[in-house]
Amino acid sequence: MKRGVLSMLVAGLAVLALMMVPVAVAAKEIKAGFIYVSPVGDAGWSRAHDDGRRAIEALDGVETTFVESVSEGPDSERVLLNMARRGHNLIFATSFGFMDSVIKVAAQFPDVVFMHCSGYKLAENVGTYFGRMYQPRYLSGMVAGAMTESNILGYVAAFPIPEVIRGINAFTLGAQAVNPDVQVRVVWSSTWYDPALEKEAANSLLDVGADVIAMHQDSPGPQVAAQERGVYSIGYNTDMSAFAPDAHLTAPIWNWSVVYKDVVQQVKDGTWASESIWWGLDRELVGLAPFGPMVPQDIQEAVLAKKEEIRSGETDVFIGPVLDQQGEVRIPEGVRATDEEMLAMDWFVQGVVGATR
Amino acid sequence: MPIELIIPLLAAAVQSGTPILYATLGEMITEKSGVLNLGVEGMMMIGALSAFWISLATGNPWLGFLMGGVCAAMLAAMHGLVCLGFQGNQVVSGLALTIFGVGLANYLGTPLVGTQGIGFSKVSLPVLADIPVLGAILFHQDVLVYLSFALPVLIWAFFRYTRLGLHLRSVGENPVAAATAGLNVIGLRWLGVLLGGFLVGLGGAYLSLAYIHLWTNGLTAGRGWIAVALVIFAFWRPGRAVFGAYLFGGVMAFQLRLQAMGTDIPASILMMLPYALTILVLIASTMTGRGGEAPAALAVNMEPEE
Repeated sequence: MKRGVLSMLVAGLAVLALMMVPVAVAAKEIKAGFIYVSPVGDAGWSRAHDDGRRAIEALDGVETTFVESVSEGPDSERVLLNMARRGHNLIFATSFGFMDSVIKVAAQFPDVVFMHCSGYKLAENVGTYFGRMYQPRYLSGMVAGAMTESNILGYVAAFPIPEVIRGINAFTLGAQAVNPDVQVRVVWSSTWYDPALEKEAANSLLDVGADVIAMHQDSPGPQVAAQERGVYSIGYNTDMSAFAPDAHLTAPIWNWSVVYKDVVQQVKDGTWASESIWWGLDRELVGLAPFGPMVPQDIQEAVLAKKEEIRSGETDVFIGPVLDQQGEVRIPEGVRATDEEMLAMDWFVQGVVGATR
Repeated sequence: MPIELIIPLLAAAVQSGTPILYATLGEMITEKSGVLNLGVEGMMMIGALSAFWISLATGNPWLGFLMGGVCAAMLAAMHGLVCLGFQGNQVVSGLALTIFGVGLANYLGTPLVGTQGIGFSKVSLPVLADIPVLGAILFHQDVLVYLSFALPVLIWAFFRYTRLGLHLRSVGENPVAAATAGLNVIGLRWLGVLLGGFLVGLGGAYLSLAYIHLWTNGLTAGRGWIAVALVIFAFWRPGRAVFGAYLFGGVMAFQLRLQAMGTDIPASILMMLPYALTILVLIASTMTGRGGEAPAALAVNMEPEE
């Protein structure tokens, strides 16, 4: 009897040991799925995310898949469900409109980690991530402000949401820092990707005297307009100089691989916990594309010096005094805007011509 | 609005109206022959993609432009097969054609998204471009715009002065009588479908070759549906199609420029302008009873034995 118990105990321990060995030796294999709102293409939002995907694909023990051109809504829920069912243990949803689908599907797959870009809803297995794009936007504004001759900068804006408004404000503050006389004119295209319309929107800004075009959409349409009309442009998302070699001054760009590598490592190690990531120049999640050859050396140096100051935390973009279009003080002297204030920004700074609607 | 702004605005109106003009004229020819083809959006997409692809592959934008029309006509042939070969419902077949065409173009075109294409640039016409105001608006455009100037005149003359044009109209008005008179109704309607599809395809090709030298999913962005509405707006007359296309293009360009000038009107209201205008025009044309100018046998199939 006693021997029986002992042998059972030994057998039990052996089984336990066998079960534990593979866990201890091999790190968790990652199968990461990405869903994109637009086609990957050569430039733009989804391309920036796909560059990040390729960076983690190159890591050991990581396998990735992606689905592109997924519309925001019921379609995205189906795609997410499908990914979770097919054994992905880490899913990146890379557009704001996927938010509710992510929350819904994540509730059904508690063992799968979901990371949602640019959203604000968290859950036990849902984290969010985004970047402080306003920092390089400020830097690109400095370049534009220094290069303009007409003192009118054109901004082809997407939709009147805080993310876009924050970008316009940062760009404007940057431009004013080097050129107090500058004004920024805004045209809303109400699109994320319509090259023909966005190009026409840029043309309309050029017709009212703008000589540098900045943008927030994913298509190179505004770049093409600047190149054709022989003026300067600021890209977005990725280096867009290929579309406008004579116009492209620089571009605020994304470097998503920074987040993707970090999350993959955490999930591998089992240390991942739901959080809201909002990194900036400090973690190099955002950056500045290489300057075009037309940008003078002294301007480049001034911009890079400012970049270093922001990166180190010595200064930031939204530090008072900041006035709105009506001249009212929105951020008092010496005060830094909080993340909450920046995430809810729905007013334009002084110097912007246009409506926030 | 100052004159320095009005001239570029009108020039932009002409350019953004041109793809719609090609498509409207194409659909007009098809409808004149008594066939309603609601697949304009799909055919434009196929036209835009094949034009972009072929000009990129061959380095010849003219070949691409032509093939944009040919490929769209091939898609139109599917509509012909359903409606003329099998007497299928024209509305259903046309809608299916749009869904199929848009889907196929997006699928085949995915690898080309973001690729820089070749195409047509603006060329000032000598002498004409120097005419004050008008020169800057009409004669500082690309070659395909100049081509589109000739098209409405040609189509008008075709329907009015040629025997074939008369035959084509008669099968759209009264196919039974036309058949009795010894006309090949089905054959003539095939001509209307293919020729119309070809022109619609050229409209799509204009978008990817001249308007913007890029391919992207959903490039036509609803312009095909505008063309369908403009045929009614134009009361099936080429001259009025020109007016309608430029008006629509103009409203689009106008709302962007209003914003650039710094107006307080919300952008969302301005964005609605073109679409609101389309609805108004449709209501107006119905109320004035001009809708009665439609080809009498539009969307009516004719059994071969009738």
